[in-house]
Amino acid sequence: MRRLLGALAVFAIVAAACTAGGESSDTAATVNPSGSHEPVTINIWGAWTGRELRQFNQIFDGFEQKYPWITVNSDGGVGDQKIVAAINSGEPPDVALSFTPDNVGQFCASGAWQNLTSYMQSTDFDVSQIPEGALAYTSYGDSQCALPFLTDTYGLYYNSDMLKKAGISEPPKTLSELVADAKKLTVRNPDGSIEVAGFVPWFGYYEFTPLNLSIMYNAEWYNADGTESAIGTDPAWKQMFQWQKQFVDWYGADELRRFVAGAGNEFSTSHDFYAGRVAMMLDGEWRTAFLADEKPDLEYGTAPLPVPDDRASDYGMGPMYGTIIGMPRGAPNPAEAWLLLQYMATDTDTLVYMANNVRNVPTTFAALDAPDLDVTPQFETFLDIFKNPDSHDKPPTPIGSADQDILSSFAEKWESGQETDLNGGLSDVAQQIDDQLVQGG
Amino acid sequence: MKAASGVGAIQRRPRKRDVRHAVTVLLFMSPWLIGFLGLILYPMLSSLYFSFTRYSLLSTPEWIGLQNYSFMFTRDPYFWLAMRNTLWVIAVGVPSRIVFGIFTAWLLTLPRRGSRVYRTLYFMPSMAPPAAAALAFILVFQPSFGPVNTILRGLGWHNPPLWFYGPNTSKWGLVILGLWGIGDAMIIFLAGLLDVPQQLYEAADIEGATGVQKFRFVTLPMISPVIFFSTVIGVIYGFQLFTQAYVTSVAVTGSSVTDVASNIGSPQGSMLFFSVYLYEKGFLNFQMGYASALAWVLLVITMACTLLIIRGSRRWVHYQGGGAFR
Repeated sequence: MRRLLGALAVFAIVAAACTAGGESSDTAATVNPSGSHEPVTINIWGAWTGRELRQFNQIFDGFEQKYPWITVNSDGGVGDQKIVAAINSGEPPDVALSFTPDNVGQFCASGAWQNLTSYMQSTDFDVSQIPEGALAYTSYGDSQCALPFLTDTYGLYYNSDMLKKAGISEPPKTLSELVADAKKLTVRNPDGSIEVAGFVPWFGYYEFTPLNLSIMYNAEWYNADGTESAIGTDPAWKQMFQWQKQFVDWYGADELRRFVAGAGNEFSTSHDFYAGRVAMMLDGEWRTAFLADEKPDLEYGTAPLPVPDDRASDYGMGPMYGTIIGMPRGAPNPAEAWLLLQYMATDTDTLVYMANNVRNVPTTFAALDAPDLDVTPQFETFLDIFKNPDSHDKPPTPIGSADQDILSSFAEKWESGQETDLNGGLSDVAQQIDDQLVQGG
Repeated sequence: MKAASGVGAIQRRPRKRDVRHAVTVLLFMSPWLIGFLGLILYPMLSSLYFSFTRYSLLSTPEWIGLQNYSFMFTRDPYFWLAMRNTLWVIAVGVPSRIVFGIFTAWLLTLPRRGSRVYRTLYFMPSMAPPAAAALAFILVFQPSFGPVNTILRGLGWHNPPLWFYGPNTSKWGLVILGLWGIGDAMIIFLAGLLDVPQQLYEAADIEGATGVQKFRFVTLPMISPVIFFSTVIGVIYGFQLFTQAYVTSVAVTGSSVTDVASNIGSPQGSMLFFSVYLYEKGFLNFQMGYASALAWVLLVITMACTLLIIRGSRRWVHYQGGGAFR
């Protein structure tokens, strides 16, 4: 037995030693851009795919012209799991791009994405050119381990023809107006099932998530120091779930579930908004590009999300979180990687090009005001939401998306009527999130 | 001296031979040995170590003793939900597969002509990749326009099941998907049925046994080793159910890739199975220490269930020649 335990201990030590660990260095590797250099190829991995990836890959032409000794190799369709595995195996890319700002807390706290502060200081990086809201979801604690590369804001899309036909002259600004308009726009079949929904308040229906609704309600996720969940104590959560359930019950939970089951895929031409199955929906600014590409003849408008009636002055704000870029621990060419990060985060032409094509919101003041930024009326809504100082994301935490997973699990039970004790349910959610904060990895 | 050196020589020669023999054996075994040590034993022991740590995949593991295990059993409701769902799908899915597998195999013993064609046709679904089969089933069982509900509505059922979209029917969809791919089990049962000695049926006929009695007292005992094998394999695979559950639960939400973590187990947690939860914790929430603890609990439960089935098998499994599984 003693021998067995001894062998296990040896294996444990070996396992620990073999685990890629270590913290990132705080010294910034820099390079003089005007000097002569050996040719170098740097790799960037990101989540873009399809049309967006093809457009994204165009941005490196300008970078390679500016730094002729650097060639950029871009791989798309790479999720965070693969990036993490590459970091652990000691063969990470030079630059990583992620669609999941929820992971910033873990990336920064663990040093898996390097703290860029020393790079920023050594190159006099002007952080004030990026709006604070965008910087908020790219840092955690003392570590600025990511930078924003475009962002997403969320607003209301409405089918102009359908609203006009229903006698609605302008999109709703408050949640009670949203419910009233949705009722007018909803069309039912003779058997009572929903043929056209005015607005679908079902969690998981495209981008209608507890997170986005919580930002419309300005509900607090955590206490001031981020150590405890505020979901059980902030009354905004209760109001939010009560409003949502009343709205669901007007449709009938079973009818709405049946309607949602027939929804077209979010990233295909069978999308409900394209097909006229839904008159109004919550979605991100990128939908304007998809609509221009896939349904150019659709008459639609956009507006900020409606807000609770007692907070009508908040109208104009919205959820805001987007693509992040950073330098993984062990990046082989950190100096060149930092050049690329700077370029992507701040080069106005690059940001404007991406905003005009991929239709994401550019994340510097200069790009937002650039004359060649193609501002359609629908896209302008999202630029305004981004500029609104009250637009925000939930604070990053070291538990990634676990808090949203727990809340979503409760929300599913709540909307379907399986869970009826709202106070108890929210307290349970808060307790589970607190447990996760303690439990960590 | 001569004698002494002679004895020494006699002793050394076999040693050399033994060493050479051992090296040869090791060399021949080395492909397996390297694979076993590097790809099985080392990862297993590593995960055992990680299960006692707080390990986010991103930083150095931190030893926390039994905290992951105590959290799992006392404070994690999703662990119990995943366990309940997994046990449900085993309790319903394994017997269904056995009954359906025997029935299908029996059907295939009937045709006098074209039996090979039928066998191939019935076996083919089991060759479909699990993810592709799951996606195809989502379309077939799509509540609004899928062919199954279209037929059910045509038969007068106004509100047919939501299948993968409903918390009460989603697991049934998985069970049906499992029955569709019955080919692997069916082929074993078919071999078992064809292996039953004909003279036993002839003896039963002479005794005046009915068809049901022949099935109960001849066929079932004779194929009981095959049923036993299918039960053990079914239980082990049931605990490891992942691909179909993951694909369906994410696909039915139709949401963006960034919301994958929130959609796992949808609808309403009904598709949260043990392996799916383990994956979510380890690779989406980056809680690899906790995921490792889940994996070891899964291993222990699977081994315990398998041992229970083996113990119980002595009462109902009959081997030709009177042997038993020990």
